[in-house]
Amino acid sequence: MNFLTFEMWSPYVVGVLIGLLNLGSMLVSKKPLGASTSFMKIGGIGFGLFNKEKVESNEYYQKNELELDWGILLIVGIIIGAFISSILSGSFSLTAVPTMWATEISDSVFLRFLIALIGGLFLGVGSRWASGCTSGHGISGTSLLSVISWVASIAFFIGGIVVAFLIYGM
Amino acid sequence: MKNTKRLMQGLLIGLLFGFLLQKGGVANYNIIMGQLRLTDFTVIKIIFTAIIVGMLGVSYLFPKGLVSVKTKAGSIKNAIIGGLLFGAGFGLLGYCPGTIAGAVGTGALDAITGGFIGIILGTVLYANMFKTLKDKGIHTTDKYSEFSLFHKIPGNPFRYTLPISAVLVVVLLVIESVGL
Repeated sequence: MNFLTFEMWSPYVVGVLIGLLNLGSMLVSKKPLGASTSFMKIGGIGFGLFNKEKVESNEYYQKNELELDWGILLIVGIIIGAFISSILSGSFSLTAVPTMWATEISDSVFLRFLIALIGGLFLGVGSRWASGCTSGHGISGTSLLSVISWVASIAFFIGGIVVAFLIYGM
Repeated sequence: MKNTKRLMQGLLIGLLFGFLLQKGGVANYNIIMGQLRLTDFTVIKIIFTAIIVGMLGVSYLFPKGLVSVKTKAGSIKNAIIGGLLFGAGFGLLGYCPGTIAGAVGTGALDAITGGFIGIILGTVLYANMFKTLKDKGIHTTDKYSEFSLFHKIPGNPFRYTLPISAVLVVVLLVIESVGL
């Protein structure tokens, strides 16, 4: 069981296993892998605690069942799974500013948290606008040969590459 | 009770997914940004391999009626606008909605404080803009809504999924041959 403590596995091994996990998820739970819908549900449930009427009358939230479901538990599972894996490989560490950002941009914790928050806002809006994320479109929708998923996935990476070069230069 | 079983399935599948994301290195900002800066192709290697396995698996299981092919509603226009907005966030944050959950598990504090909360707030923002976007015709539904080749092309899916897989394998071979 030595391999469980490796810091990294070959990306091809990980890719094959994620592909198989996706098929397993479709067979067992009748749902492919996807993450962003759950963020919307968590947001809707949270927003509903402050303003129940506004959520109940919101056309977007009406299309979805806002309750603790398979997808939200999937997110909880991802957090726990990554935690276990990082503990096993000895790479768990509480880090406020990622190394690349700290060495090339700034070691300011405030600036990193602010940019992360702004980035998160864009991801939240964009994932709902495009109806999916790097998992739901990038892995699942592409495997299901959905045209929208292929277009969205290419747009994710074009947007990401442009912004990465704007931040870090050529 | 049936619901509890389903929730446990979600938890278990998520646990395996999170474990694999961390082992693949993609719960790590430096590796994801390396991909977006085109210096490290770990993300693309994982995604392409997962697509090949998933697509070939569906090619076998779908004609037997063992899995359903349910793709997302929307339009090409939504996919481009939303996709580029998502991409901008991807570049700023350095994580996406799945990998950020993995990053939270590995102790990345920028993922917990900024990113995770930011994504949730972003979805709330979108929910509040949705009606306006739809009424003004910015958010649309077109003929590609829920469109998949698996539904559109009759016959054995391997006829087109094998060539698509071959193209993806060639791209991976090119990436490896230039040492990325």
